[in-house]
Amino acid sequence: MASVALSEAEKVYIVHGVQEDLRVDGRGCEDYRCVDVETDVVSNTSGSARVKLGHTDILVGVKAEMGTPKLEKPNEGYLEFFVDCSANATPEFEGRGGDDLGTEIANTLYRIFNNESSVDLKSLCISPREHCWILYVDVLLLECGGNLFDAISIAVKAALFNTRIPRVRVLEDEEGSKDIELSDDPYDCIRLSVENVPCIVTLCKIGYRHVVDATLQEEACSLASLLVSVTSKGVVTCMRKVGKGSLDPESIFEMMEPRLGAWRTAGVNWMSADQAEGGGRGAVGCETGKRVGKVLHTSLQNILHKEESLGPKRQKVGFLG
Amino acid sequence: MAGLELLSDQGYRVDGRRAGELRKIQARMGVFAQADGSAYIEQGNTKALAVVYGPHEIRGSRARALPDRALVNCQYSSATFSTGERKRRPHGDRKSCEMGLQLRQTFEAAILTQLHPRSQIDIYVQVLQADGGTYAACVNAATLAVMDAGIPMRDFVCACSAGFVDGTALADLSHVEEAAGGPQLALALLPASGQIALLEMDARLHEDHLEQVLEAAARAARDVHTLLDRVVRQHVHEASILLGD
Repeated sequence: MASVALSEAEKVYIVHGVQEDLRVDGRGCEDYRCVDVETDVVSNTSGSARVKLGHTDILVGVKAEMGTPKLEKPNEGYLEFFVDCSANATPEFEGRGGDDLGTEIANTLYRIFNNESSVDLKSLCISPREHCWILYVDVLLLECGGNLFDAISIAVKAALFNTRIPRVRVLEDEEGSKDIELSDDPYDCIRLSVENVPCIVTLCKIGYRHVVDATLQEEACSLASLLVSVTSKGVVTCMRKVGKGSLDPESIFEMMEPRLGAWRTAGVNWMSADQAEGGGRGAVGCETGKRVGKVLHTSLQNILHKEESLGPKRQKVGFLG
Repeated sequence: MAGLELLSDQGYRVDGRRAGELRKIQARMGVFAQADGSAYIEQGNTKALAVVYGPHEIRGSRARALPDRALVNCQYSSATFSTGERKRRPHGDRKSCEMGLQLRQTFEAAILTQLHPRSQIDIYVQVLQADGGTYAACVNAATLAVMDAGIPMRDFVCACSAGFVDGTALADLSHVEEAAGGPQLALALLPASGQIALLEMDARLHEDHLEQVLEAAARAARDVHTLLDRVVRQHVHEASILLGD
């Protein structure tokens, strides 16, 4: 992973700032950086999206290919994830250097999609046990400016929203042989419902507090972070601790479930001081992966629908803007 | 090639271009903030990104350091979704390795490497969408990225491909024209001196026609130079406005 060299004094400055709910770039502890989302950027994919979150730059392409369903799930299609940490992001990723991080991120994506509600896999089935759609979700990491997981999950969701799979019909003749017929109309496609596709919210523990959407500098000050994947309804589909440090079970609850956490740590001074202030300055007690996740989903949904409503007349910016 | 007419009787190609016409080129320098230099180019539907790091200390084994000049290190990779059929690996396959070597050759000829002895210059190119002429797009993007990094060069390196159909040389082949399987020539030119930094031809072509095809490719490369020059000037102009000069 791209890293920055920070001196001890710089780290202290960041940690003390976070304790006062002041971050180096002026954000509060639960504020995201400005997210740029653009869909349909690569025309030979079924769906694509580019997400820019601060300096983090992600391009996701989804390709639908026909294949055979898995044996244990004969009437469902499936998703395949691949993350390419390209040397564009940092020279350390040259050759096979990015493979470890790529596999880690891909496995996390498999895990957050590993439940029935995220994507309707049954709609990807063409004929049970014989043909189904395989969606290859390929993530390309172009620049790394902290908070990779969140940016990637946003980009994956946007790309899945943009995905159009051609409609096919299975024709069966008297002898029982099947034939697959592709629709003549290129606009005759099926769309995936991304209502329940989760987004990852990474909560980075810095000092006694946790922040969302940490920059590279902030990640360098943090020992551990908690990765929570939340759907737009606030359902948690996966949770993971990442980083080399350890987390107190109490702080995990605090990041997850505000009241519970607050109640457990009510005896600690700094916590109760915040509690007394109520919502004064984004009290820690109110901060939660779930809530941030819900807000994130709503704004992403709005942007995607707005972009879609512009239709084919939309000026494509891509990397030229 | 049956069924597909690459050049109509009226002299138009499949996508409506004339024989010597280029596809639309749009480019931008300084796409990424963290890299030393970066550029993005679109040539028709071919899209490529180039990033340059360096000159910096040699990474890895010091034995690779050259005492009299800088080491130029190139990696070509093409996104798994860039081609019509999905690719398994973005880089490390034979074609990518070959492309990396060709890029390295091209840029060793153009960069003034003797100014930075014992150091390394990394050029990474990434094809986002492939629609013919990927080598040319990569070279053009890399030229802009090297300039964005402020690394001294002898000249621009401008590349273009050319083909030969029915006695006519075609410039800047698209994927359809490449897939038809005719002779194909990739040329990287240093336009000011007219020197050739890289020349490669696949499939056979009669010697008598070579000059014609070479001339078409060189002319197209000079046209590319005009466009790239405009992009660089525009970029410098914008940058100087930001600096308040």
